[in-house]
Amino acid sequence: MTDSTSFTNQKFKVIGQRVRRQDGMDKVTGRAKYGADAVAPGQLVGVILRSPHAHAKIKKIDTSRAEKLKGVKAVITSKDLPDYTNGNRDLLSMLENCMARGRALYDGHAVAAIAAVDASTARKALKLIKVDYKILPHVTDVDAAMQEDAPVIHDWVRTIGVEPAPSKASNVSMRSEFGHGDVDAGFAKADVIIEKSYKTEQTHQGYIEPHACLASMSPDGSGELWVTTQGHFAYRNWCAQLLGLDMSKLKVTSSEIGGGFGGKTHIWMEPIALALSRKANRPVKLVMSREEVFRASGPTSSTSIDVKIGATKDGRIVAATSECRYQGGAFPGAWAVIGAMTSFACYDLENVKTVGYEVVCNRPKVAAYRAPSAPMASFATESTVDLVAEALGMDPVDFRILNAAKEGTRASYGPTYGPIGIGPTLEAVKKHPHMRAKLKKNQGRGMACGFWFNFGGQTSCTINVAADGTVNLSVGTIDVGGSRSSLSMICAEELGISYEQVRTHIGDTAALAHNDMTDGSRGTFASGMAAIIAARRTKEVLKLRAATAWEIPVEDVDWQAGYAVALGDKHSNLEPLSLADIAANTENTGGPVAGHNEFVADGAGVSFASHICDVEVDPETGSTRVIRYTVIQDAGKAIHPDYVEGQFQGGAAQGIGWALNEEYIYGEDGRLQNPGFLDYRIPVCSDLPFIDTQILEIPNPNHPYGVRGVGETSIVPPLAAVGNAVSNAVGVRMTHVPMSPPRILAALEAEA
Amino acid sequence: MRYEAPNTTKAAATLLAAEKGKAFVLAGGTDLLVRMKAGMLEPDLLVDIKQIDKMRTIAGNSTGFTIGAAVPGVEIGEHKTLGKLWPGVVEAAQLIGSDQVQGRCTIVGNLCNASPAADTVPALIAAGAKAVVVGKDKRRTMAVEKIVTGPGSTSLTKSEIIESIKLPKRDRNSGDAYLRFIPRTEMDIAVVGAAVNLTVSRGVIKSARVALGAVAPTALLVKEAADAIIGSKLDDASLERLAAACSAACNPIDDKRGTIHYRTKVAGVLGRRAATIAYERAGGKR
Ligand SMILES: Cc1cc2nc3c(=O)[nH]c(=O)nc-3n(C[C@H](O)[C@H](O)[C@H](O)COP(=O)(O)OP(=O)(O)OC[C@H]3O[C@@H](n4cnc5c(N)ncnc54)[C@H](O)[C@@H]3O)c2cc1C
Repeated sequence: MTDSTSFTNQKFKVIGQRVRRQDGMDKVTGRAKYGADAVAPGQLVGVILRSPHAHAKIKKIDTSRAEKLKGVKAVITSKDLPDYTNGNRDLLSMLENCMARGRALYDGHAVAAIAAVDASTARKALKLIKVDYKILPHVTDVDAAMQEDAPVIHDWVRTIGVEPAPSKASNVSMRSEFGHGDVDAGFAKADVIIEKSYKTEQTHQGYIEPHACLASMSPDGSGELWVTTQGHFAYRNWCAQLLGLDMSKLKVTSSEIGGGFGGKTHIWMEPIALALSRKANRPVKLVMSREEVFRASGPTSSTSIDVKIGATKDGRIVAATSECRYQGGAFPGAWAVIGAMTSFACYDLENVKTVGYEVVCNRPKVAAYRAPSAPMASFATESTVDLVAEALGMDPVDFRILNAAKEGTRASYGPTYGPIGIGPTLEAVKKHPHMRAKLKKNQGRGMACGFWFNFGGQTSCTINVAADGTVNLSVGTIDVGGSRSSLSMICAEELGISYEQVRTHIGDTAALAHNDMTDGSRGTFASGMAAIIAARRTKEVLKLRAATAWEIPVEDVDWQAGYAVALGDKHSNLEPLSLADIAANTENTGGPVAGHNEFVADGAGVSFASHICDVEVDPETGSTRVIRYTVIQDAGKAIHPDYVEGQFQGGAAQGIGWALNEEYIYGEDGRLQNPGFLDYRIPVCSDLPFIDTQILEIPNPNHPYGVRGVGETSIVPPLAAVGNAVSNAVGVRMTHVPMSPPRILAALEAEA
Repeated sequence: MRYEAPNTTKAAATLLAAEKGKAFVLAGGTDLLVRMKAGMLEPDLLVDIKQIDKMRTIAGNSTGFTIGAAVPGVEIGEHKTLGKLWPGVVEAAQLIGSDQVQGRCTIVGNLCNASPAADTVPALIAAGAKAVVVGKDKRRTMAVEKIVTGPGSTSLTKSEIIESIKLPKRDRNSGDAYLRFIPRTEMDIAVVGAAVNLTVSRGVIKSARVALGAVAPTALLVKEAADAIIGSKLDDASLERLAAACSAACNPIDDKRGTIHYRTKVAGVLGRRAATIAYERAGGKR
């Protein structure tokens, strides 16, 4: 029982409440320490010199003048980052992405770095480094990069996943395929077939806190790194491997995080800070500017996607295919694979085939962005689904309900679904008052659904009971959205104590066993499951301590509502012992009380959402305003409903920004034109309506409380929900995201 | 870098004239400090004009207003009569930035920063505003449209400072309006801006000025667009002629903010809409 993770439908006291957030006070008063807030005695300022070219051979770097400048303590290039990767190409790519090795592969690629006593000296020194470049042909567009005559970026990239294996290098690093049935036979039965091509531009997660760290390396080979990250264990492992250190000698502490959304699941400059510190023998603080964040961290893919769906007159989809071409930046990635897996995950299909192509381009290396790769695939699919419904003369919601996946459906990407929420979210859409609200001139309504896998992964945590009976929970998944509070709630629930008695901390890499990152919507799911088990184990220890104090067999002790209770009439003289009573007496009863759990949190439940969106389009300017928006999503079980709603709203807000205005704009020269928040337009408050939410709770059978991850799914439907709404408002089908005013106006004019 | 905060315009001009290196007037700093922080410029001297009393006030009435060069946007918005007589100028000034930026930004800074997309410039040009320019030895008064000569450049000499902006006498039955197009709802930069200022008599437009922003290297005074509506009651046909004249006057660039085609088209749309608002403000009924 203690370690079982099956859903039991237990009754809750704390779970489901909207308790006060643990990190709230520090965050609103400015006390919270983020990546750039650490200081160390004697620390230096690090700065990075970046390539202005999209693709160039680095013929020579002359750092001699910079080195001579007073106040400069270290200058490094790739020479100071020897290759310890032992033939591991992925690791070497990671190192090469942190600092160019002979070739600059994108505008913004780091080529050298400096540590100096202050920022102005460091910046002055930067200008003294002379780099001799030979400009090479570049390519930034995904379709162009796949052409025969495209400049081939890496001579070592061969397309994996095609037979026979190609002998020539190309920019296509992998082909993947999923599906089942016979799509040709399916299309032959179709009464209506819609085939369409879509493009989505590259977007950035737009986290407000830039990458920042404080690195300190000692001559004895040990080191410390304070850093804003979604996964300090992964950062520790990568940095140690790239710098040739023992993992255990590098202690990484995660700061508070000012947003990550996937962008902080990867190292960008941390090894540089460590290498600078190693060379200077002083701590080095390295903080990216916003421009650097845009040019040299990890935005999501730009894509080009073809979708084909066939259906019969009675509204059944008989065949569906998609081809997903994803731009992954300067190094091979695995992004199209996820696009291909998620393309049709919402539907119950007999015949389906999806193909993904990973494409290397002269752009920054792509990283995860909230349900990475799914929003674009969903845009293509859900837009086409609306077109098929229209061609059949069916209501788009009814059409989706008729074809929705359910328990027992074989997913297009392989597995068979357990209990899932796509049907219920669609039924909830039908019933929602939003669907019946009146629309005015130039307004339109659209809806779309979305899917995300969610993830469990390696997890460890520790519960420590303090001498006064209050409790610390230490977890290794950093808190991006209130998870410390949610985990404290879980711990309190299990121990039968109040939320206020528990405080959760993020342990550093030396304090806990390995934890996977906070990604895949796993923080509350995986650490929550670990905390449940750790709490139940803590209770066993507490019972043992009580039994020792009472000098009775432990079998006669139960844990009830926060108290050790002696069972049976023969012990009726024994007053229950509170957590505080037991904690005060551990010296005499067997020692301090703690509970641990180390495991792989299997069984993350897949998650589905359906969104409804109303827009108003100005037909003379192409300007679109979202005037009403509703998110309906299955959370499995909402531990803290505020945070669940916050995740629903946050994903929708980011998706709306992506749908309407956000995009990386490259010039002919391959340089990023808009590396700043003025021209990379994330929505401001006044751009968004209040985003309404509805939480459905269809328990995940593999979690004791039924929890599913909730963080990512909400960004999947908005691109298509907005696109379908625009189409219904002004009668043009938008196939290119973002649907910026010039694109909408051009589409309207083309239609006229 | 040296920082000075003199108490008179003359003293400020003298400081500028004496500096051998790069000298800049500092008003609100919402352009200047941003550019300094980005490493785009490294001044040797900053002359802060916010201690010059004369530049901190708004004076006048329907016979003409003088707006000091250091008056921040928020005070322009709060002024009792300015907004009643010149709603277009005030709404343009109020569009700049956010609450925080409004507390600092000035219309003269907006003008002298010489961005083709500056919001107040078309409104000031349409209003027929003049700039009072003070140099080390002499003063001159110039039409606002003569100040900016190209992106980032002005006709001011090294020692010259704009002391104030003068708005002309306001006839009865006048109205002005400024509209800009931005992809977001705020905190953005104009893709197109259009200002219209006009006076009507018994519903007929007697005089008008139309100015456009962000569609050419400098803000444009579009005489043809004004001519298209003068003498009319702003009927649909004259509005269409105004829109066509606005579009025809455009000489924009293709860039990350908008295409040539887009800007040209939207300039006409905004010109038409701004004219309609100005006409209604002037008491005209369509
Ligand atoms: C967040 C943000 C949002 C913004 N939004 C907008 C917007 O929506 N629309 C818009 O048009 N602008 C916008 N701006 C730009 C800026 O705020 C405006 O251009 C503002 O009006 C500048 O005024 P200032 O007083 O701050 O100028 P400053 O920065 O002080 O000066 C600008 C330039 O003018 C010169 N100068 C200033 N005063 C004088 C003078 N009296 N005589 C001679 N030269 C002078 C300075 O030397 C400098 O070169 C925004 C800026 C920010 C930071």
